[in-house]
Amino acid sequence: MRGLGRREASVAGAVIVLGLVLAAVTPGFFARDNLSDLFLANMPVLIIALGMTLVILTGHIDISVGSLFAVCAVSSGVLAKAGLPMPLVVAAACAIGVALSIANGALVAFLRIPSIVVTLATMIALREGLRWATEGAWIQDLPASYQWLGLGPRAYPLVVLIVVAGLQVAFKWGLANLAAGRAVYAIGSSPGAARLAGLHVERVTLGVFAVAGALVGIAAVLNSVRFNQIPSNTGLGLELKVIAAVVVGGTAISGGRGTALGTLLGVILLSAIGPALTFLGVSAYWERAIHGVIILAAVAIDAIRPMAATRPAAA
Amino acid sequence: MTPTLLLDAADIAKTYAGVRALKGVSFDLRRGEVHALVGENGAGKSTLIKIITGAERPDAGTLRVAGRDVPHMDPATSHALGIAAIYQQPALFPHLTVAENVALALEGGGLWQKVNWRRRRENAAALLARVGSTLDPARTVETLSMPEQQIVEIAKAIGANARIVVMDEPTASLTTQEVERLFQVIGRLRESQVGVIYISHRLEEIFAVADRITVLRDGLTVDTRAAAEMERGELIRLMVGREISAVFPKEAIDIGKPVLEIEGLTSAAAGIREVTLTVRRGEILGIAGLVGSGRTELARTLFGLTPAEAGTIRLNGTTLRIASPADAIRAGIAYVPEDRRQHGVVLDMSIAANTSLASLDAVSRHGLIDRGRERASAQEYVNRLRIKTPSVFAEAGTLSGGNQQKVALARWLSTSPAVIILDEPTQGVDVGSKAEIHALMQMLAARGLAIIMISSELPEILGMSDRIAVMHRGTVRGVLDRADATQSTIMALALAQPSTH
Repeated sequence: MRGLGRREASVAGAVIVLGLVLAAVTPGFFARDNLSDLFLANMPVLIIALGMTLVILTGHIDISVGSLFAVCAVSSGVLAKAGLPMPLVVAAACAIGVALSIANGALVAFLRIPSIVVTLATMIALREGLRWATEGAWIQDLPASYQWLGLGPRAYPLVVLIVVAGLQVAFKWGLANLAAGRAVYAIGSSPGAARLAGLHVERVTLGVFAVAGALVGIAAVLNSVRFNQIPSNTGLGLELKVIAAVVVGGTAISGGRGTALGTLLGVILLSAIGPALTFLGVSAYWERAIHGVIILAAVAIDAIRPMAATRPAAA
Repeated sequence: MTPTLLLDAADIAKTYAGVRALKGVSFDLRRGEVHALVGENGAGKSTLIKIITGAERPDAGTLRVAGRDVPHMDPATSHALGIAAIYQQPALFPHLTVAENVALALEGGGLWQKVNWRRRRENAAALLARVGSTLDPARTVETLSMPEQQIVEIAKAIGANARIVVMDEPTASLTTQEVERLFQVIGRLRESQVGVIYISHRLEEIFAVADRITVLRDGLTVDTRAAAEMERGELIRLMVGREISAVFPKEAIDIGKPVLEIEGLTSAAAGIREVTLTVRRGEILGIAGLVGSGRTELARTLFGLTPAEAGTIRLNGTTLRIASPADAIRAGIAYVPEDRRQHGVVLDMSIAANTSLASLDAVSRHGLIDRGRERASAQEYVNRLRIKTPSVFAEAGTLSGGNQQKVALARWLSTSPAVIILDEPTQGVDVGSKAEIHALMQMLAARGLAIIMISSELPEILGMSDRIAVMHRGTVRGVLDRADATQSTIMALALAQPSTH
């Protein structure tokens, strides 16, 4: 209804500029194989960032997604090796993601513990619990039905593309058009007003964490099937990439403002920088530092804009 | 011989981003006087205060303090010249004690200086005594009530030897009794030759406390007169620039059957006990009482925000079970809360989204919002309630206080309630919007809505209510008919001593 927001437009602008530079300097960047690799490598971030957008929109944060990702990935491998058919493996990974994430959500919603504290604790507990359970060993000798979801390396990327595109469209549409989406924004902007308006704040918070957990489960399976083994330390630091993308995409860390499209653009911008550096001949060691600068720039813009906006209004 | 003016601001002009907030305002303050500054929201009062306290630089005009030109006023200079400001929301450190708060404002010296705790406490106690308060300096500020915090602010101002004290809406959250006490403190300031600039929307207060009144309108000084020579109707006319025919548009309405019947409602969590009340169709039931007497708590219990242990709530004869706001809304109860910015409207959301928030079911099917219907409904309320906005998609945060309150009202009216509870419906709203909200209440009552209006402003209670329930310590002390109610009968009930121990 309002088209592209200001923030979305500026991130889209940055993506386009980066694209144009790459097109001029190294057309090879846009080769199909390269784009496909880039897409698959960042697919977990693309999917998990949608759930994180919901969590941050409601005024919370979830830093346990990296650990949860590892738990779901390892579980899926173990279950596949035990002979569970692939659709059930996917369902089980989702269920584990939902169950553990709902536990986070319940502590946040009902005990009113700040989400950063709850998820910090579960981030460590899940990561260390997994280390204890696997004794650090990688999951190997995965069945053929597990590899590429049993679809083969050609069909697999297409299926993943459809899943990711479907999720992106569903979240963009849902946040704008569903009553549940409206509730997410209202609770993030003003929990007090939302409660008075009859919204079930606890239920929505729980639901948001459940959706985020399901997405972590999906992402974990879709990612693990690409490899011959599942490292038990997979997903280390994933939460930072995800949160960075959401914030760069314009979602206010305090909640209530942000869009799924912004998050998509944020993921694209951050994930294109690293490979772009390689193509441009810059050392890849700069990637993280540049990520940091982009995040700072994004939040600095957010901090400056309201200040500029309140001045004339003070009259 | 001319008395030296404490403050003399002449032809002050200020433009913000192309908007001329002040076009040429002149204002002066004498020793030992209370000079009220009045005007509608946006008239330029806040801007003038910012210029006097050095928070903003004027584009034109001169500022003289105690006879001396101050070409470059800034917050430090203003402080050094003895200017102190007290705002509606006290600016104190909540986790520190009263003594520390006072000390932080007054003690100079280096960061590494050793703190003399005993002297801090004695200083604070002495300052508090000068404003007639026995507040314990060792209490942390977060445990203080709003009026107590204001006393601390005033003590700070006196401690800094302020000669000019600006009070910006200091009574917005005070009860009548607390206002009386504040006025006594202002009286002491006046006796000690301090000049007070007093800003308030409440005209009764202006007439009770001010020596002179200056009216601002659209960034210009309209008039300055002695309060004794100003008449109420004349003051309102000067402020709005047009006649407001009747201050309270109360008309007789046929009052129908009981809509909401409350019997023996008790909630330990809310601190209310044995509340029995009835509101009828077309009736405005005013609820008066001091802050903390349980008025808002009663509303919150009715609305399912705090659980009740005993008592019944009947709506149109049906007994209700209300465990959450959603239950209350479904039953036909609406609640426009007191704290507009925190609980009334969602500032980040558009008017349309705010309007539909409590009635999303009505504008959506299977959880899918019908945007067309949402927009049409919001547009209807914007027209009906005369909300001043360029579009229903404007964010609520961009509107003035009065218009935000109308958006809150629109949200609750769109739930089609049988009873609407209005908690301080005109707090912090300018005179023009206030009259509009009163007219709206009258119109809603005429359509058969039952209205419960909680208000700390006695003239509003007396002017708008058909009956008045007075609360004291969590229960209803008495219900007065419109004809029998006066400020003194209400206050007698509100201040009644508890009958038990």
